[in-house]
Amino acid sequence: MRTRHRLAKWLVILGVLHAIVVCAGFFAPYDPIEQDRKNPYLPPMPLHLMDAQGHLHLRPFAYALKLREGTFDHYEQDIGQPVPLKFLKYGAAYRVLGFLPARIHLFGSEDTRICLLGTDAYGRDQFSRLLYGGQISLLAGLLGAGCTLSIGLCVGAAAGYFGGWRDDALMRVAELFLALPWLYLLFALRAFLPLSVSPLKAFFLIVAVIGAVGWARPARLVRGVVLSAKERDFVRAARGFGATDSYLLRRHILPETSSVLLTQAAILIPQYVLAEMTLSFLGLGVPEPAPSWGNLLSNLQQYSVLVSYWWMYLPALAMVPFFLGYLGLASSLQERLEPYKIERRSPGSLA
Amino acid sequence: MKNRRAGPHWRRTFLCSFALLFLSLGQAAASPQQKSIKEELFVLPGEVGKRGGRLVFALRGEPKTLNPLIAADTRSREVIGIMQADLVHINRATQLTEPALAKSWKISPDGLQYTIVLRHGLKFSDGQPLDADDVLFTFRVYLDENVHAPQRDLLIISGKPITVRKLDARTVVFRLPKTYGVGERLFDGLAILPRHLLEKPYQEGKVSQIGTLATAANQWAGLGPFRLKEYVAGQRLVLERNPYYWKTDVKGNRLPYADELVFLFVPNADAQVLKFQSGETDAIAQLSAENFSVLSRQLRGYTMVDAGPGLEYNFLFFNLNDLGEKTSPELTRKQKWFREVRFRQAVSAAVDREAIVRLVYQGRGTPLWGLVAPGNRRWGNEELAHPPRSLERARALLKDAGFSWGNGPNGESSLLDSEGKPVEFSILTSSTNADRAKMATLIQDDLKQLGMRAEVVPLEFRSLLDRVTQTKEYDACVMGIASYDADPNSDINVWLSSGGTHLWNPSQEHPATAWEAEIDRLISEQMIARTFAQRKKLYDRAQEILAENQPMIFLASPDILAGAKNSLGNFQPAVLEPYVLWNVEQLHLKNAPENAPR
Repeated sequence: MRTRHRLAKWLVILGVLHAIVVCAGFFAPYDPIEQDRKNPYLPPMPLHLMDAQGHLHLRPFAYALKLREGTFDHYEQDIGQPVPLKFLKYGAAYRVLGFLPARIHLFGSEDTRICLLGTDAYGRDQFSRLLYGGQISLLAGLLGAGCTLSIGLCVGAAAGYFGGWRDDALMRVAELFLALPWLYLLFALRAFLPLSVSPLKAFFLIVAVIGAVGWARPARLVRGVVLSAKERDFVRAARGFGATDSYLLRRHILPETSSVLLTQAAILIPQYVLAEMTLSFLGLGVPEPAPSWGNLLSNLQQYSVLVSYWWMYLPALAMVPFFLGYLGLASSLQERLEPYKIERRSPGSLA
Repeated sequence: MKNRRAGPHWRRTFLCSFALLFLSLGQAAASPQQKSIKEELFVLPGEVGKRGGRLVFALRGEPKTLNPLIAADTRSREVIGIMQADLVHINRATQLTEPALAKSWKISPDGLQYTIVLRHGLKFSDGQPLDADDVLFTFRVYLDENVHAPQRDLLIISGKPITVRKLDARTVVFRLPKTYGVGERLFDGLAILPRHLLEKPYQEGKVSQIGTLATAANQWAGLGPFRLKEYVAGQRLVLERNPYYWKTDVKGNRLPYADELVFLFVPNADAQVLKFQSGETDAIAQLSAENFSVLSRQLRGYTMVDAGPGLEYNFLFFNLNDLGEKTSPELTRKQKWFREVRFRQAVSAAVDREAIVRLVYQGRGTPLWGLVAPGNRRWGNEELAHPPRSLERARALLKDAGFSWGNGPNGESSLLDSEGKPVEFSILTSSTNADRAKMATLIQDDLKQLGMRAEVVPLEFRSLLDRVTQTKEYDACVMGIASYDADPNSDINVWLSSGGTHLWNPSQEHPATAWEAEIDRLISEQMIARTFAQRKKLYDRAQEILAENQPMIFLASPDILAGAKNSLGNFQPAVLEPYVLWNVEQLHLKNAPENAPR
């Protein structure tokens, strides 16, 4: 019972996190690519309830930041100018799930922008960029993992079920893919692609590339499961009754691989989010001005940014809960779905 | 080890005796340009420094060669500039010429003949004397077609080479086929080569193969303040003081002050900043504004200097090449817009140059509307209009040229050409240059407000250059050029339609447009004009034509930012290359381990 609780807990956490990212347009107060050229490298504006005079306000507010005369990036809090937070405010247009147009945001402000996580070199709101960036990075991870697992399932099932020379051939190819230095392969692949690609095309290219590279490991795991499953008694019995290959695979063998696949998915998704980040960090991913977690972090390649603007690190922290969530999910999945282990511990929990 | 310890001792004795000799001579002739019968040294004004010590600088990577005949990269040229000397030199601080190996020069009334008299007693860094024959040899090699020296182009005027003739052991006469506007500036940077070392390889046709970094120190010589000592592959190049150098300070101490000059190979700008910050290098130049402000925030025993606007100009240009049948239909369609002058003017009007200066250079730069950078004090056209950013004007120009606006796929306004196709193109930038990548991102946003969709494509610099000058498969590009001299003739290959850096349409056989032909005519006319006023007038007109037609949309010019340890004396960064090392012979360490022998 405890495992199931744990599984549900991780699922809820991940669900909430993903919902926030999917509805980035609502949670983010501003357009992620809108530049505010008067406010580059604005430090984060903390929200207050208590003002400088010690009065309590019911509505959270932030103090406006004013550029110090004659400097480029030295801002001072303007205590005389509190900017109250407005909830459910109309602002920049966005589309929910990519098609439903909307203008309402969770919060906003009247004249002065409230940048919770500061701004970047062009004065773009980091908080909005972080949320929108998650859409690209997480979607790349999910689609990439989906891609990998479907290829891995097909190849692994074919190799394990049919055996013989087909098994040998497929597994040698898989080994070849395992041995490839994939980062360099990605570099090479990206170099072949056309010079200028739109952010959307670039995104699908990344997904295709990271999806196509990693299928070997799940394929080997699936093959192992299929190999053992096809010798099971109920499979032999079904074959004796005249079941066809496709029926056997569909009805008896592939369902056996679901536990492996789910666990693999929970491991692969964060791995692929990281792969997208690596590519974007190195400038091979989604191009400017579209945000992704990788190109948010790529600002840190510059020494001056590294030592001057600490809030540029924050995107790195933001992905920690996601990765923790996926790892927690993977381990509880493993505990719950690994049949042999569970049988040994308490047969009752199989129900 | 033993040799190394013996070195300074030997030098010190030598210098002591030499200094004594010099002082006695100095008393005899007290004119500012101190003269002696044996040696005519160049007396440099400025703070008198301390002898000794070792200067350490970072170099952006290994120089490819020490041989001036084949050096094409900036790093090699920077090192060669320190190891070699020229007849006439441009003072990087005043931007005017001053005598170097030549004691004096005379220009004939018709402007065709330059008579140059060499200093007395000049010696190469290996002790061999220099005379007119070395000069003759040098120019013979430079002009030899088989050597392919980069200097050759500078010595060909209107298709004819300069001729050189020896009058006596110290006098050389140069005869120009036509008058040459730049005058004696021509000789700047033309290193005089050691005939005693190069004649044999030259006759064997191997002169371009020698002078590698691995050359033994005694097999290489020059007339610059420092000479080769040691090269450690991948790490450093060590130069030592040239004891025969021909400059002294006002007190008669022979320059340079430092005993050694070390170049560390540090390939990356950020790593250079770290090395400077940790005190490993004595000075740093070519800083980005961000790194400058990082270093300025915490001054740990060093000073940061903003030397003012430099000679680098950054610009956006469109692909105006005529590729004939090779052009892809896609590019042909886009070139219809690019060739429309009102399109280019509209882009120029939409670019927010002030924002570029503020966001890219943190205010340490100047917005730019013409090819002559603001650091060039004498040649800028003051009449040139500096129109402020205006989206209305840009829209009016586009409308005039037959463009219209429609709704894009996401509901935003999108610019359509006369055939109703949306205006979309890509802008190339160098992936290693963060400043230019930023400019491109800003321009992208500026153009979005006109309804144009521009994609920024960062490319490695080599492949970018390859695309722009060789394959010519690109739409637009953001690039920058740093002129090496304040005379605009240093950018002649940008101006002339036949030039290799006439980037929007390089190396044309015939000027493609009437205005390019007109610029060609003005530039060739100023080449042979005699007076500054005449040349300036012609250049002003050329600048106007360029501003009208906007083949290059000028963006901004950064300040020259440098820094040095407080212990470095005579640190006076210039806006011309080499920004910090131009007076390397005068740089000294205030806490040098040994005192100057007096």
